[in-house]
Amino acid sequence: MQRTEGVNAIEVEGLTKRFGALAAVDNVSLTISNGEIFGLLGPNGAGKTTLISMLVTMKRPTAGHAKVNGYDVQKQADKVRESIGIVFQDSSLDEELTAYENLELHGAMYNMDRKEAEARIKEVIKMVELEDRLHHIVKTFSGGMRRRLEIARGLLHCPDVLFLDEPTIGLDPQTRQHIWSYIKKMQKERGITIVITTHYMDEADLLCDRVAIIDHGKIIALDKSSALKDSLGGDILSIETPCSDKLKEAFGKLAWVGEAKCHDGSLTLRVTKGEQRIPVLMEIARKKGIAVESVSLHKPTLDDVFLHYTGKTIREEEVSPNESLRARVASRRRSG
Amino acid sequence: MSELTAIYYIWRRELIRFSRSKSRIIGSLAMPFFFLAIIGTGLGSVVTVANGSYLDFMAPGILAMVVLFGSIFSGVIVIMDRQFGFLKETMVAPVRRTSIVIGKALGGATTAVIQGLLMLGIAMLLGAHIEMVDILPAVALMFMVSVMFVSLGIAIASTMEDMQGFQLVMNFLVMPMFFLSGALFPLTTAPDPIRWLSYINPMTYVVEALRYLLTGTSTMPIAVSGGILGFSLVLSVLLATWLFNRIES
Ligand SMILES: Nc1ncnc2c1ncn2[C@@H]1O[C@H](COP(=O)(O)OP(=O)(O)OP(=O)(O)O)[C@@H](O)[C@H]1O
Ligand SMILES: [Mg+2]
Repeated sequence: MQRTEGVNAIEVEGLTKRFGALAAVDNVSLTISNGEIFGLLGPNGAGKTTLISMLVTMKRPTAGHAKVNGYDVQKQADKVRESIGIVFQDSSLDEELTAYENLELHGAMYNMDRKEAEARIKEVIKMVELEDRLHHIVKTFSGGMRRRLEIARGLLHCPDVLFLDEPTIGLDPQTRQHIWSYIKKMQKERGITIVITTHYMDEADLLCDRVAIIDHGKIIALDKSSALKDSLGGDILSIETPCSDKLKEAFGKLAWVGEAKCHDGSLTLRVTKGEQRIPVLMEIARKKGIAVESVSLHKPTLDDVFLHYTGKTIREEEVSPNESLRARVASRRRSG
Repeated sequence: MSELTAIYYIWRRELIRFSRSKSRIIGSLAMPFFFLAIIGTGLGSVVTVANGSYLDFMAPGILAMVVLFGSIFSGVIVIMDRQFGFLKETMVAPVRRTSIVIGKALGGATTAVIQGLLMLGIAMLLGAHIEMVDILPAVALMFMVSVMFVSLGIAIASTMEDMQGFQLVMNFLVMPMFFLSGALFPLTTAPDPIRWLSYINPMTYVVEALRYLLTGTSTMPIAVSGGILGFSLVLSVLLATWLFNRIES
């Protein structure tokens, strides 16, 4: 399929979707360039799926405009549909059909040549490791297997713009990695644009060129994930010491130390380039004769960014008002 | 060309699903079978209708019933597609919604005609007099009527969120359509209110036309019933397309 060079893959302006009094998507504007992998992050009910639904011509905007692949989602819905592929958040397979029949029907609806469709079916079914289930009825599949089939189907026709709404939810880590490397490869080879929503922050961090954080239907932050992390004001150093007050006084004077806070038995500092600052700080402590028991460094992750902007961690039960606990939870999840 | 391919695959999907649900096939024939076997033969010994046996009179009516129920059900499957999510897949595909409606209508009609043929065989086994030469025209009529009723089903389903509404449709639309169609008793001798209601019921003309084709006698000329059916067919397909187009899932 031809694509007009230079046209942005997605242009959204003032897009709004209201359900009664609720603005599920509230005056959103953004631009995504061709070939970009763009992440939409946000807590449950933020409006991610609703935003995508409008972009894929499934829901009519209440206000605003959106263009996908240069086509208006309302006035040129047919053209938009020809340009896109989507993996829905909820199942959209025909459970009475076999995996093959589902894929075959998809190929037919997307106007694929029979031979090409055959070859592509082989390729995608292998990618999601369902070859031996190809002719089984979907009703007999496990949840993860359905998900994988759904992803295979979304990729079958090689769209220009691919929407993935929580594609890898409920999949095991190996499968997730496998699928992402395939999608990455496809994106590199064919220059397709990808919009994903995910609750796996490490996934978003690794994959996305840019991410947008959306809450209550509004975009509250949008940038490269590294820039978003930097915007938090640097790394967090936790220093365990019996005399945290004295240490705080000593370190607080340094220009490159941001926020400094004492908790019982420990001091947390915000600094940039934390790993280089540790030796300097230790030297100061030694000169003042203050004993330090341990130092830990926490680099901001996308989890922290998410928390900072939305006030929520990805898993609600892990929400805690205690910053150091939050930091530890985040770092444990990162290493684990 | 691509639209035709899509229509073909959507048609085929309906057939595959139908062939995989044996209970649907048996279930759709059970009630009409009991009607014909019990009421048809039971009343047959005490009732005579015009010029023939009651069973011969009733058989086309029961055939129409099978086609009506089977078709409406095929159309209403759209609700299940919506509940199970498959509807979304078709909604974002680069296929005209009209093509989807056509594919579904043709597929549903094909399955309804298969059920109709099975019922025809049962009726003949029970002793209804049906000439072989009449079967082909009857099948053609059944197909046309099925497309009409599947479209009606799609139109209704397009406005519904879940299967709960389906029971309402069965009880307040489909059953009255059947009972007010002259399938079970001649309308010429029926009380006025029933007769008037039956005239605005498309099912009446289905029964009339089928009776004409299978037994050679009917109370109205085939040109009239056929004409009205042709008109209703176009109307219901347009209605289905219009309502299906408005679905926003
Ligand atoms: N059809 C609808 N009718 C009414 N309200 C709706 C409808 N669809 C979504 N909403 C509401 O719109 C808001 C956004 O929903 P949406 O599904 O877009 O969230 P999301 O960001 O995708 O969340 P999640 O992470 O749980 O998938 C929610 O408050 C939801 O209740
Ligand atoms: Mg969602």
